Amino acid sequence: MNSHKLATASVIAIAAATFANTAQAEELTLCWAAWDPANALVELSKEFEAESGHSMSFEFVPWPNFADRMLNELNSGGQLCDLLIGDSQWIGGGAENGHYVKLNDFFDTAGISMDDFADATVYAYSTWPKGTPNYYALPAMGDANGWFYRKDWFEREDIRAAFMEQTGRELAEPASQLELLEIAQFFQGREIDGNTVYGAAIFTERGSEGITMGVTGALYPWGFKYENTPGSYDMEGAVNSPEAVEALEFYKEFYQTATPPGYTNAYMGESLDAFKSGQVAMAMNWFAFFPGLYADPGVGGDKIDFFVNPPQNNAGSTLGGQGISVVSYSDKQDAALEYIAWFAQPEVQAKWWGLGGYSAHNSVLNDPGFEASAPFAGDFLVAMQDVKDFWQEPVYAELLLSMQKRMHDYVVADQGTAQEALDLLIQDWTEVFEDEGKL
Amino acid sequence: MSDKTINRVAKATPRRLARKVRGLSDRAITWIFVGPTIFLLLAINIFPLIWTINLSFTNFKANRINRAVDYIGLRNYERILTDGDIWLSMQATAHFLFWTIFFQVLIGFTLAWLINRKFKGNDIWTTIIVLPMMLSPAVVGNFWTFLYQPQIGLFNYVVAFFTGADPSSFEMLGSVDLAPWSIVIVDTWMWTPFVMLICLAGLRSIPDYIYEAAEVDRASKLRQFFTITIPMVMPFLMLAVLFRGIENFKMFDLVVQLTGGGPGSTTELASINLKREAFEKWRTGYSSAFAIILFVTVFGLASIYVKALNKVKER
Repeated sequence: MNSHKLATASVIAIAAATFANTAQAEELTLCWAAWDPANALVELSKEFEAESGHSMSFEFVPWPNFADRMLNELNSGGQLCDLLIGDSQWIGGGAENGHYVKLNDFFDTAGISMDDFADATVYAYSTWPKGTPNYYALPAMGDANGWFYRKDWFEREDIRAAFMEQTGRELAEPASQLELLEIAQFFQGREIDGNTVYGAAIFTERGSEGITMGVTGALYPWGFKYENTPGSYDMEGAVNSPEAVEALEFYKEFYQTATPPGYTNAYMGESLDAFKSGQVAMAMNWFAFFPGLYADPGVGGDKIDFFVNPPQNNAGSTLGGQGISVVSYSDKQDAALEYIAWFAQPEVQAKWWGLGGYSAHNSVLNDPGFEASAPFAGDFLVAMQDVKDFWQEPVYAELLLSMQKRMHDYVVADQGTAQEALDLLIQDWTEVFEDEGKL
Repeated sequence: MSDKTINRVAKATPRRLARKVRGLSDRAITWIFVGPTIFLLLAINIFPLIWTINLSFTNFKANRINRAVDYIGLRNYERILTDGDIWLSMQATAHFLFWTIFFQVLIGFTLAWLINRKFKGNDIWTTIIVLPMMLSPAVVGNFWTFLYQPQIGLFNYVVAFFTGADPSSFEMLGSVDLAPWSIVIVDTWMWTPFVMLICLAGLRSIPDYIYEAAEVDRASKLRQFFTITIPMVMPFLMLAVLFRGIENFKMFDLVVQLTGGGPGSTTELASINLKREAFEKWRTGYSSAFAIILFVTVFGLASIYVKALNKVKER
């Protein structure tokens, strides 16, 4: 009898040990957009694999399809992703629709404090409802829309002289949006080294979020607000304020007078292509691409420099970046949380920045050597102080697509006036909020 | 011989099975064969259709499954029919539909008429002409975006060569005036061979003796064309128009690849608008109502057209 009990206990112990080993060694899938920082994360995650015994696989989707693909996955309760580095605007939907695991208890247990991360990134990437201490993501990748330019062209004496003659001032990084336009118009159609070059590559893409991200780069410096009072959804007079109208007219003028021909549906990839091929003097794009651009053998190094989105009435940059969340449909949540605990460590965050990822950890950002660590690091810090994000409501996709349509209709298709475009946008957004029962 | 085979098969059939088979009526056997098809039809076509009709009366959103679903009567239909943007997308669809069919029939029939004449290299030319429709719409859309590129695109250079204009002075995909025509050109390029093949089948189905009789009656070539060729090819031509009409009413991939519905919403066809509403904005109830409206439109027009086609055939 005793020997029988002993045998049973042994079998249970062996089974338990086997199960425990299996539970420890999970294969985690991390989903993100396919871009330069994703490659850096693959490199970084090798350390996690070595330390934890888990293996990592990655699902990277090109940006134009990223939102479609991932939101479909979440809405269908799919188990493809255990970890998701989702766009900041998804946080509301992720939280309210139960796609993301709430991380407060885990942060308490693991000793992770949101005070260790930059306030703007915690607010934008982690919290829902906005600004409340309810966390659904850990800030993973700080980002903002910035600018880069051909420093070698800006330094050429013949070009500087021509600019001085035309404008009466020195050719330098623009201090305002109007100066930015002036410089872009100066380069538009100019012959440099036998090639016709153009002013700047801006965002005009229609399908996903491109033109909205570009237009807000002008709206925010003019003082654009989504609501008169935050949380009131009172948009009349804010969204279509005289400043907003002026900013939108500015963006259209920029598109019409200072961009390459055929630039009607351009986003990140087109901006990079236009710059790398020597077609444009300046380009807007996300800071995430700046390490790769600086390392580019053709246009990087001494030939390139960077600047923050110039102010106009005030400083303002369009927020990019993402937080990392645990998908609630994953059956490997423990291992996924383990990854987040590992990723939140200051030393891992330092390596993340070193590999080309934009850490939002204060230990990295406040390091005395941070600003000098890369030519764009200082600009990144400045930009992150004045970032603004699009609506982060659960219905953000409807709000975004309405803005895509209205902005593209006005800027690219040249239909109606800026005032009409913004008035129509308010109508669209009002309808969406009424459907949601928020108005 | 066949009798012997039947006997052999009958003998080889196990007794139990033979007893079972002998017990089935012709009607039962018919249902056994037709049943699976009917089941699939109900499951894949009819049930989703009924479900879509049901959803079209609600405010359901597929990305908000936790939210309460309310029946809102005809509100979705009312919104769609009074929405100016929807009517603009229907206008864009009508423009695309009319002109693609017009050019495809015109060019397709002309090509078929030319190919039908015996000449050296006839087969090779037929193969070359048919090539575009064998390509994937995504591939076609992609390479035509390069052809239309104002700085390096071949299309702009060809136009510039003949008109003397600056190649980069016009944008086929970026101009509000030209973009609707740019998608018409690509669809015509791709699908004219399809119309040509159908017309060719029609032309080859006309017996030679009819033309010979007309020759005997001293009918001119022009007279033969209008009184023999056109009437006898007409049912084929109408069939081609029906196929292309239905296909182009739901056109999506090619146009998305070329313009994405832009500039602005200039080339946002009904199907593109529907996809955005259903799978980007996730307005499932609203988009279901839109889908039903489109379905009724296509079904209604196609039914009228088929009746007309049958009348032409009877003549």
